[in-house]
Amino acid sequence: MDVIKIKGTDDTPNVILDAENNIIEFSGRSLPEDVITFYSPVIEWIEEYAKNPNPKTNVIFRLEYFNTASSKVLLDILLKFEDIINEGNEVAVQWYYQEDDEDMLEAGEEYSEIVDIPFEMHSY
Amino acid sequence: MEDKNFMKYIYELHKDMMAKNFTLVYDGEITHQITKAFTSLAEDKMESYSEDSSIKRKVFHVMVECLQNLSRHAEEYEYKGSKGLYSNGIFIVGRMGKEGEQYQVITGNAVDNKRVPELRSLLEKINNLDKDGLKELFKKQIREGTMSEKGGAGLGLIDIARKTGEKLEYDFVEMDENNDFFLLRTKITRNIK
Repeated sequence: MDVIKIKGTDDTPNVILDAENNIIEFSGRSLPEDVITFYSPVIEWIEEYAKNPNPKTNVIFRLEYFNTASSKVLLDILLKFEDIINEGNEVAVQWYYQEDDEDMLEAGEEYSEIVDIPFEMHSY
Repeated sequence: MEDKNFMKYIYELHKDMMAKNFTLVYDGEITHQITKAFTSLAEDKMESYSEDSSIKRKVFHVMVECLQNLSRHAEEYEYKGSKGLYSNGIFIVGRMGKEGEQYQVITGNAVDNKRVPELRSLLEKINNLDKDGLKELFKKQIREGTMSEKGGAGLGLIDIARKTGEKLEYDFVEMDENNDFFLLRTKITRNIK
């Protein structure tokens, strides 16, 4: 599978989608000008990955900030991973938040309540 | 003579802005570049006096959501004498309170008055909910809402209320038979130590 590496900017996140090395990671800031355009290659990659996923997938979120438009897309991404679990595979989300960022911790907790994926919270 | 009055008016405008502690007043088109510029200005400014990081994040967040609301929802409106200038509306950031203990972010934009009842009822609903109620509303909206063509997810106002823990202050002023001017004021209270 193709590897997607998108270098983060001050308004778009760093994204690594690498099936072979089993790394799926989103970090940095997400408030792209056009959320749908930015994330559509990501969603397509995950759909492709879902056809032949690793037995255990770790999805890492280490976001400093995301706007509400991104929050909707992040849920769409998580739902794609939920499908992978429903197909009998293992998926876990590693949710990182800055120690003093309660809002980011809460955002992670909320996602974990909405989707059926185990979340592990990590402060840094 | 008219020139002199005009210059005087500018001076009065300046004095008013200072007296009201407005640090940023902008009226014009809201683009992504503008959003980036304003938020990074605010961040640098807050950095310069070591503002608490949680307050910095909240101010940043409210500014982003307010600017996006303006760019997505403002009705086009031809102002008398505007010579075709385009504006999404007015955007203000300032300090308030006796000792500047609160930040405020204010937006004002034209809306089609047919949309007003719906907007008003959403605002009332948000203001009547407590922390847990807002959380449930947000979760419901993020699950059930769909992304609009303009990239809005219908979450902005709910999220502003959640992140600030303050009621949304708003007003609608009649502009003409089709449009109202929608004003929204958000406050962010600084941690007073």
